[in-house]
Amino acid sequence: MDWINTLVQGVLIGGLYAMFAAGLSLIFGVMRLVNIAHGDFIVLAAYVALAVTETLGIGPLPALLVVVPLMGIIGYALQRGLLNRTLGDDLLPPLLVTFGLSVIIQNGLLELFTADSRRLQAGAIEVASLQVAPGISVGVLPLLQFAVAVAVIGGLQTLFYRTAFGRAFRATSDDPSVAQLMGLDNRHVFALAMALSLAVVAIAGVLLAVRTNFDPAIGPARLIFGFEAVIIGGLGNLWGTLAGGIVLGVAQAIGAKLDPGWQLLAGHLAFLLVLAVRPEGLFPRIRG
Amino acid sequence: MPDAPLLDVRALDAFYGDFQALFGVSIAVAPRQVVAIIGANGAGKSTLLKSIAGLMPARCDAIVFDGAPIGDLPAFRIVARGIALVPEGRRLFASLSVEENLLIGGQLRRPGPWTLDRIYALFPALAQRRNFPSTALSGGEQQMVALGRALMSNPRLLLCDEISLGLAPIVIRDIYARLPAIVAEGTSLVIVEQDIAQALAAADSVYCLQEGRVAFAGAARSATREAVAAAYFGI
Repeated sequence: MDWINTLVQGVLIGGLYAMFAAGLSLIFGVMRLVNIAHGDFIVLAAYVALAVTETLGIGPLPALLVVVPLMGIIGYALQRGLLNRTLGDDLLPPLLVTFGLSVIIQNGLLELFTADSRRLQAGAIEVASLQVAPGISVGVLPLLQFAVAVAVIGGLQTLFYRTAFGRAFRATSDDPSVAQLMGLDNRHVFALAMALSLAVVAIAGVLLAVRTNFDPAIGPARLIFGFEAVIIGGLGNLWGTLAGGIVLGVAQAIGAKLDPGWQLLAGHLAFLLVLAVRPEGLFPRIRG
Repeated sequence: MPDAPLLDVRALDAFYGDFQALFGVSIAVAPRQVVAIIGANGAGKSTLLKSIAGLMPARCDAIVFDGAPIGDLPAFRIVARGIALVPEGRRLFASLSVEENLLIGGQLRRPGPWTLDRIYALFPALAQRRNFPSTALSGGEQQMVALGRALMSNPRLLLCDEISLGLAPIVIRDIYARLPAIVAEGTSLVIVEQDIAQALAAADSVYCLQEGRVAFAGAARSATREAVAAAYFGI
């Protein structure tokens, strides 16, 4: 029973990792930009949510209504004002600039909010749980988080493959120069992609902040989890990314069960194993 | 007095870095006219089309379309004004289906005669393959998608860059046979072509580029083999 519990917890946290990963792979997919500051944007979203809940006196879920659009606007402005200038044949400038952003965000948060560990209070729902079978109970909050993750991934999948918006993203990803001949302004398309990425980041950040303590320095580790989930799942496949997040979450849960110190190690080992055995990921993009 | 030109390229220069590819090129395209641009490899034909379509920077008044200077506009604004380019090598969007490629060509929703149904009527082969990935098509079918994609923006001027490249002669004839239907909708065509006989047969007037300069210009009908050969090879 204990083990089943462990697996269920691992699967549920996997949804959160998949959301870290989805925003990351979206940006890479559309404009070949590796956003080193991605994890720090997750933490930034958590702090924005903290500020919003404290000033407006609302709960974390209503706060999403403010945090998601706000992060989206930040994403659009960031892309138009800064990151578009770094894009080109060379992959290095966006890496360096987003690395710099990572440092700036971490230190900015440190100045504003100190290094104290914080948490978003969600009230009674935090401790509520459902008993699904004798000996197995699932927290309502993790379950809700997983459901949100599945909904976000499903929404992104629909957006990408069923809408004109997604068509524009895919066309720009395929051939940015010819996409302009279709009347698409690359700078605008890229900025929309970044806005979407940070909107997903906002949801992930709020869910993270309700689930665990956070401080300004935890961003880079979330970035690693995101990377690992993308690679495990296979690039360019959102449902694969969800699976990658779940594999990572389950591996970490099993590691933690064996020995509390092995949680992160087990996740990294699972990642390395996939990389060694199936470097293209478990579910690489299927054409057609 | 012929119609005022739809497109008027005036003394256009173009550069790749320090390398100058076009030297004072001037061409004019009247409404409903078919203009062929011929010339050897590296003569600047593709560069000329890319400059008109906005993929290469140009002096603002070097390209005048429908009376307005458009030389310094980016590509996505030029297509909105009614110039579409069928790029060399087709350049379809690989992750989009045939129909999605056509739809994205029409995403600006410029009003005009061309719709999905009209494109499928013009190229019936595409209708059966509408949900295929664009990469699964034959070269000729891919060229039809590329043409259809450009037409979906309802252009007043369609630029075709080597639409016969790499295709079998029977397929080339098939595609060229559809061009009059496009002109009949009021669209002007500029055709860049290596196949001189094909280009002269389809065009009203012809320009021959040689090393970035116009070496010959005239009515396609009056262009003698000798005059074209002299302009083509510079002899």
